[in-house]
Amino acid sequence: MEEPVGPEAGHPQMEPILELRGVVKRFPGVTALDAVDLEIAPGEIHALVGQNGAGKSALIKVLSGAYTAEGGVMRFLGSPYHPRTPLDALVAGIRVVYQEFNQLPYLSVAENLLFERLPRRFGFLLDRETLERRATELLNRVGLNIAPGARVEHLGIAQRQLLEIARALSTTGRLLVLDEPTATLTPREVARLFEIIRGVRASGMTVIFVSHHLQEIFELCDRVTVLRNGRRIETVGVAETSAPELVRLMVGRRLEAAAHAIEVAASEAGSAAPPAPEPALGVKGLRVRGSSHGVSFELNYGEIAGLAGLVGAGRTETLRAIFGADRRDGGEIYLAGRRVRFNHPIDAVRHGVCLLTENRKDEGLVLPMPVRVNLTLTNLARVARAGILRVRTERATARHWVEQLDVRFRSLEQTARELSGGNQQKLIIAKWLFRNASVLMLDEPTRGIDVGAKAEIYTLLRRLAADGKALLVVSSELPELMVLCDRILVLSRGRLVGELRRNEFDEERILSLAYSEYMAGKKDPDRRIS
Amino acid sequence: MLNENRGIPDQVTLLESQRPARAVVQRVLREAGIGIALLLLIAVFSATAPHFTDESNITNILTQITINLIMATGMTFVILIGGIDLSVGSVMALSAMVAGLVLKAETLPVPVAIAAAALTSVAVGMICGFVNGFVASFWNVPSFIVTLGMLNIARGGALEVTNARTLFEFPNAFNDFGTATLLRIPAIFLVALGLVLLGWAVLTRTVFGRLIYAIGNNEEAVRLSGHDTFIYKVAAFVISGLTVGIGAIVYMARLTIASPILGTGFELNAIAAVIIGGTSLNGGRGSLIGTFLGACLIGVLADGLILIGVGDFVRQMITGGVIILAVVLDSYRARIAERTR
Repeated sequence: MEEPVGPEAGHPQMEPILELRGVVKRFPGVTALDAVDLEIAPGEIHALVGQNGAGKSALIKVLSGAYTAEGGVMRFLGSPYHPRTPLDALVAGIRVVYQEFNQLPYLSVAENLLFERLPRRFGFLLDRETLERRATELLNRVGLNIAPGARVEHLGIAQRQLLEIARALSTTGRLLVLDEPTATLTPREVARLFEIIRGVRASGMTVIFVSHHLQEIFELCDRVTVLRNGRRIETVGVAETSAPELVRLMVGRRLEAAAHAIEVAASEAGSAAPPAPEPALGVKGLRVRGSSHGVSFELNYGEIAGLAGLVGAGRTETLRAIFGADRRDGGEIYLAGRRVRFNHPIDAVRHGVCLLTENRKDEGLVLPMPVRVNLTLTNLARVARAGILRVRTERATARHWVEQLDVRFRSLEQTARELSGGNQQKLIIAKWLFRNASVLMLDEPTRGIDVGAKAEIYTLLRRLAADGKALLVVSSELPELMVLCDRILVLSRGRLVGELRRNEFDEERILSLAYSEYMAGKKDPDRRIS
Repeated sequence: MLNENRGIPDQVTLLESQRPARAVVQRVLREAGIGIALLLLIAVFSATAPHFTDESNITNILTQITINLIMATGMTFVILIGGIDLSVGSVMALSAMVAGLVLKAETLPVPVAIAAAALTSVAVGMICGFVNGFVASFWNVPSFIVTLGMLNIARGGALEVTNARTLFEFPNAFNDFGTATLLRIPAIFLVALGLVLLGWAVLTRTVFGRLIYAIGNNEEAVRLSGHDTFIYKVAAFVISGLTVGIGAIVYMARLTIASPILGTGFELNAIAAVIIGGTSLNGGRGSLIGTFLGACLIGVLADGLILIGVGDFVRQMITGGVIILAVVLDSYRARIAERTR
């Protein structure tokens, strides 16, 4: 089951409508698609599954022309297909519905539906009658019962999802690609969406369907392709597989990602027996905005705890809510056993709790400003007297910390933008250590960082834990969490569904937990209702 | 773009060796560029405009640019945080009218009246600035709109205070200040220069100034670093109001009157000086040295054009062209910065 299987596996009966051979898409440091083969049979509903970062989104974007593949061959409807822009895909007959809606909120439903070809009268006047009529037809097609004149901003999320599908169907296409269309729908809406998708298929279109909800795949799809680390692992008919089998395929037996980095970090981490746990951060019944589940856990000094889960499971939201960066609906936070109130990042920072956001460039650093300025930003009082900056102290301090963490830089005066991703991350860690942070929450600390720099970050984080800091790490890369953490907490759809100690770490098990709330029959009162 | 970015790395980092040359170009464009332009302008007018280098003309230029320099100093703080203050001209009139009434209060001895008037003027300016900053930051309303509202409120207020009457016959001691000189330099210009230097020190040497720049560049990063960005944003507007209050008193002393219609259009001169001086309208980039040079450039240009016989109307057109040129240069710089990312 490990080896990528040949084209004969689960082979389509007819000439495939879409065929990919060895498609490659690279980004600096990351291979998003690594020689992917894929055959989509005409008239089938084909599921794409895989963990975060497995390459689903990249694959869709290559199909839609949003990305240009760097290698490989694609054929669509029997002829070579190499879209350079989304328009190419549209002309070829591929319709893509992304997770993020591309809508004009202040215009009407009808105008959104037919924006590219608004019906005109005398060549320049908007033909409102035709517009409404055509819009109504399209809305009926997806069973969306709303006035064509309604403004899109007033629609609920499910209606907007259906509107997006209606728009994709507004011109004749041959292949419909749906990127996690059910993520925000209630079970009833999902059922209706499936009706529509089946209707689309009956009308002669082929469908590619991406979802985290494995149950949906068994309910709706004919075949399923599993992606992992940018590779196609397997394509099987849904009748020949099962949910646990799919999870296993998604995970793989070996930890392939960043294997080198892990070894390096593991060897440096050592295996010192942990001292008696001393509670650092405690969270009780924390509810992030819009969630009805309370999350409770404890974090000790000297340990690294990981927070695993799928995209949208509420990991980032949890960190931000603890930090006071976003409002929360409820819950208590304790620091070293004492109740604290973090209503604003100021409060958290004062208590030595810091957050390194997943968005380094927009939230972690002031990119156009020098390294020195970025470092001292968290604790300006320490390099100033009576509000006046002491330039020499500041320079010396900045140099000290930046060198402590081995940030490679040319000059303290060079802007943070000029540093590489790994060095930017180290600079952010340095700025928090300068602030005496004792609890560090890190959201995707190695995202976009190359393998060598990853190893350095791992080593650094382990060193911080050994120094007695408490670390809470969110990562979409399970191997990363498994090498880095003493404990892994698993979130699934806003719920804390499991906690594993180091000797219990097992990628398959973690992933099963992460998927658990998305499995069959789980109803969620949280799902937004339009 | 929720999870679309997952697994996609940073933009390619440019080789570091490519950087310095570009950085130098940017610096030259930003700071030295305006200085060179000013020197060129002075050289051209020295050669072509009669009496341009006469002491009386130089004194005249310094007097002319004083008010704009004062207002532009406060405006620089506001623009650095990414805001704009359109109300400065009107608030100046309101400050002047209220201060004028205090100044003419016959129950007070002259020195007390002058001091009270100055304090009143500054207080009125700061209160208006606080309202601007509070409304804009608390409700996250564009400062363009808030200060446009304040422009009308303050102008109406200035007219209402005396029912549109102009105030004059201020104490001689007060009026004398408007024409006083120190070492042959107009005293009011020295006030402006002092403000510029003080503002420059605050922006470059204090924690407060550091945060003004940082907020202008990336407010969210500053907030997540544990700072209350709200108070700094409000403070920038209060500082603008403070300079308006000082400007109002200085202007009254120079004109020896307080008119409810004074200061009309001054906000645009102040913004022009800041922008020509190389401060980005997006915030975060720029300096008070640039603003100083920008105000000088506008003043020298206006004065020189008069001397070589260019009419008022054409002069206004040329000044407008210079403003556009400055903004185009700013956008060009921004594009260079974008490319080097």
